[in-house]
Amino acid sequence: MTAPTTAHRSLRRRARRQSTLQALPWLAPALILIGGVVVYPVGYMIYTSFRDLTRFGTDKGWAGFDNYARVLELEHLPKVAMNTVIWVVGVVMLSIGLGLVLAQFLNKRFPGRKVLRMVIIVPWAASVVMTSTVFVYGLDPFYGIINRALVDLGLLDEPFGFLKSPVPGFLSAMAVAVFVSIPFTTFVFLAGLQAVPHDVLEAAQIDGAGRVQTYWRVVFPMLRGAVVVATIINVINVFNNLPILKTMTGAIPGYDADTTTSLMFKIIQADRQIDTASALSVLNFVVVVVVIGIYLRVVRPMRED
Amino acid sequence: MSTVVDRPVTVTEVDGGGDPPKARERRRWGLTIVGSIVALIFLFPYLIMLIGAFKTRPEILRVPPTYLPQEWAPSNFLTMWDTPETPLPANLLSTVVISLCGTALALLAALPAAYYTARHNFRLKLPFLLLVLITQMLQPTVLASGLFREFITLEINDTWLTMILVNAAFNLSFAVWIMHSFFASVPKEIEEAAWLDGCSRGQSLTRIMLPLVWPGIVTAVIFTFIACWNEFAASLILLPTDTNQPLTVALTRFIGQYESAWQYVFAVSLIGIVPVVALFALIEKHLVSGLTAGGVK
Repeated sequence: MTAPTTAHRSLRRRARRQSTLQALPWLAPALILIGGVVVYPVGYMIYTSFRDLTRFGTDKGWAGFDNYARVLELEHLPKVAMNTVIWVVGVVMLSIGLGLVLAQFLNKRFPGRKVLRMVIIVPWAASVVMTSTVFVYGLDPFYGIINRALVDLGLLDEPFGFLKSPVPGFLSAMAVAVFVSIPFTTFVFLAGLQAVPHDVLEAAQIDGAGRVQTYWRVVFPMLRGAVVVATIINVINVFNNLPILKTMTGAIPGYDADTTTSLMFKIIQADRQIDTASALSVLNFVVVVVVIGIYLRVVRPMRED
Repeated sequence: MSTVVDRPVTVTEVDGGGDPPKARERRRWGLTIVGSIVALIFLFPYLIMLIGAFKTRPEILRVPPTYLPQEWAPSNFLTMWDTPETPLPANLLSTVVISLCGTALALLAALPAAYYTARHNFRLKLPFLLLVLITQMLQPTVLASGLFREFITLEINDTWLTMILVNAAFNLSFAVWIMHSFFASVPKEIEEAAWLDGCSRGQSLTRIMLPLVWPGIVTAVIFTFIACWNEFAASLILLPTDTNQPLTVALTRFIGQYESAWQYVFAVSLIGIVPVVALFALIEKHLVSGLTAGGVK
């Protein structure tokens, strides 16, 4: 019995090595693309975050952790970090909450449901810059049409400069971010709801569960996978989002309406401090990975139900 | 749903709890009214866009603003192609070329990888999938300085090719993810039968798998195409020359510090939005199944 097993084992080992070699041609195009356009620049970013670069890109040598220290000592960093937390947590939670409600609504049968589903994909398909530009125009205190509508509806006494100061500007940007995140979130939940078997709902009803109870005890737990997927993808997208803040609050002086992502962009564009910006990017990336890691540990999407 | 009945059952009856059909009918139309309000909320920015695109320049800057144009100006859609702000025909061409080539390249790289990882186990499978996942967490603007330097070294800086590469690379993970789950949903036996009948790997992929996972591929292609079409931040940094810039960047050139040509901003936006919404509507049916497959994996 021993001989065939050993032979079998070595055969399997060879087969595994071979299988990795066989995989290579299939993965090569993806690997080359990721290597060239993602891995190399990431390496360069980490490298420059430890170098001392002039505004014109001349390398003046090793800088140790100076760039990181400079980022952490930025006067406006606490404010920007706080903004980032509010931005990510606020936008993601509102998108998830409203997405759940909307998905539940779209899962019902009523005339016009198909049309509504088509309508909801419009903000998803449309370019985010184009959508936020409409709000820049509409919220203008002079010629803004949304401002006029709010005054005509009696919600405002006079037109308000929403995007002229940091707090209302930042809140408006958050609202637009929620607006463009809802469609994707809703469709993830619709997909999740579709997977809830009909007879399970019936069984719950027969057992005397009310609507609210059925939802929280039966439907919601089955949506956990969808909630995890929607949360992670939204956190990544919302954290990295530049277009909304750039178009809506980019003109506000100072850093009171910035997140760490838009701050990084300002450091590159306005100050041309590539080394400091690289250090901030590295920190940003580490934060995203850590946050998602913690989230996955807490939620454990792979756990058996 | 599973109760056996010997008379024909209407949909309303099967679906129902205990309410009389009339009350249910009324409630359905109530839902339609709520639905219309929701639709209006999601459409209003685009209605502002549509109406704004037909206003004359003096009217769109009028204080207080008008809701509907007093003078309709469809000529905006003709005059916008020739303005001092931006060379719009070139911008449209940039968007089209970058999106088409970026999507093709992403598909070329994602398709074999998605197929192989869904079908075969090998030691580096998990590290490979993790690498793909990490690209999803990064964003091209974060890597701008490195990309800029790399493209200068390769002497392709400020060309379409840079954005084709960037778009393809950063949309790869989503394409791999979607197609991987579609490939994984096809039973392995179907393919094994084909191998027994003398098909090669490549043949079984093109003749057996592709027709079966076609919806997944279409979904991945359209998703990638839309993402490329709408890309803004990286193009803003990597393409300084105005004739190379895509529509999304060109549009911002109409917004000045003191005066903005909003009517052109909106007309250009419409040109940019209508085709992708139409494409998206095509895959709307597959969206739910595509996302389910992804969620289950």
